[in-house]
Amino acid sequence: MIPAAVGYHRATSLEDALEALAEPDAKALAGGQSLIPVLKLRIARPSLLVDLGGLELRSIERDGDELRIGALATWKDLTSSLELDSSGLAGLADCASSIGDLQVRNRGTIGGSLAHADPASDMPAMLLALGARVETRSPDGERSLSVSELLVGPFTTALGERELITAVVLPVPPPGSGSGYASVEHPASGFPLAGAGALGRPDGTKAVAITGVGARPQLVPESGSLDDVEVYGDRFAPESYRRHLAGVVAARALEIAQVRSEGRR
Amino acid sequence: MPEPLSLVVNGEPRRLEVEGRTLLVHALRDGLGLTGTHVGCDTSQCGACTVLVDGRAVKSCTLLALQAEGTEVTTIESLAADGELHAIQRAFVEHHGLQCGYCTPGMILTVHDLLEHDHDPDEETIRRALRGNYCRCTGYQPVVESVRAAARALAT
Repeated sequence: MIPAAVGYHRATSLEDALEALAEPDAKALAGGQSLIPVLKLRIARPSLLVDLGGLELRSIERDGDELRIGALATWKDLTSSLELDSSGLAGLADCASSIGDLQVRNRGTIGGSLAHADPASDMPAMLLALGARVETRSPDGERSLSVSELLVGPFTTALGERELITAVVLPVPPPGSGSGYASVEHPASGFPLAGAGALGRPDGTKAVAITGVGARPQLVPESGSLDDVEVYGDRFAPESYRRHLAGVVAARALEIAQVRSEGRR
Repeated sequence: MPEPLSLVVNGEPRRLEVEGRTLLVHALRDGLGLTGTHVGCDTSQCGACTVLVDGRAVKSCTLLALQAEGTEVTTIESLAADGELHAIQRAFVEHHGLQCGYCTPGMILTVHDLLEHDHDPDEETIRRALRGNYCRCTGYQPVVESVRAAARALAT
């Protein structure tokens, strides 16, 4: 399978990328692990690919009480980053290591994945639980959106046509916090039938979010009840089974978060 | 419209012209005649097309050739040196890690990435690392044994 003919522009800076994206039907290309498969299926037929790969948006660093992840950080970067080596952030590394396979994790980026907005993507659940935001750049300037503002539906985001995610920013959980990610994957695709990210803080408060079950990732209400979580059924898992799995993975993620917050591993 | 591409393939600087849509696997096979890299599923599942880009295993059917500009690409053709198989290749032969051999170049390059970063992986780690490489012959058990043997051979 070969993509339809398409132009190619290697962006030299963020400004250069935004300028190139002015061409009608231009599309930004990061790691390509979601976009290239859909180009090959010719589901996407952009006129021009603007390759962001050379931009310096890959660092993962602590900035005061925030963690700043460059949009072009790969899943592999996340699994090997020392910045994530704490009980409160360990769920991010768990989640990144459960995505795709070794080759996909070497190329796939956090910004590209969020912009693709696959409703079965793992990371949005972890990011929602951690209270992450994305920072964007467009010709109109910069803005910051929460993950739930960004992801409006399946393969649909709140990003404008010439708006790029530049970073994912999240508050570093207080010392004594723990985070974890758990999923039950479809054995062939590896995408979660249900996945959950959880954060437990030392004051006993917690946050849990679920992915893979509905049109977009969802925070579980503080009561822990999944009754109001939107769950779809499909040929892989009917609604009742997916709702059951959502409860299972939420409990598992919370257990991992709890164990970590108590310093038991 | 053809665009110039320059990269290092198996240690040699190469220049060629590719289209924007040309995938790395086609540039390697059709442009450079390196047919050891196989096209299996062509949907980013099977891993037969795995090569190393700057030392990391990637699926060359899911990378535009132009995205590899300026990188160092390693394909299966360059692993054996001076007529001697690489330790990973020898381990696959000795432990029956292949039958038809179609998936083998991709398997070996993924294992190369794994063993570069983990010198003594346990069985679970090996199976996880090979999740993106399908073999329809062996049932994977001899592949796992081959990887463990390769790790031992590389450690000595």
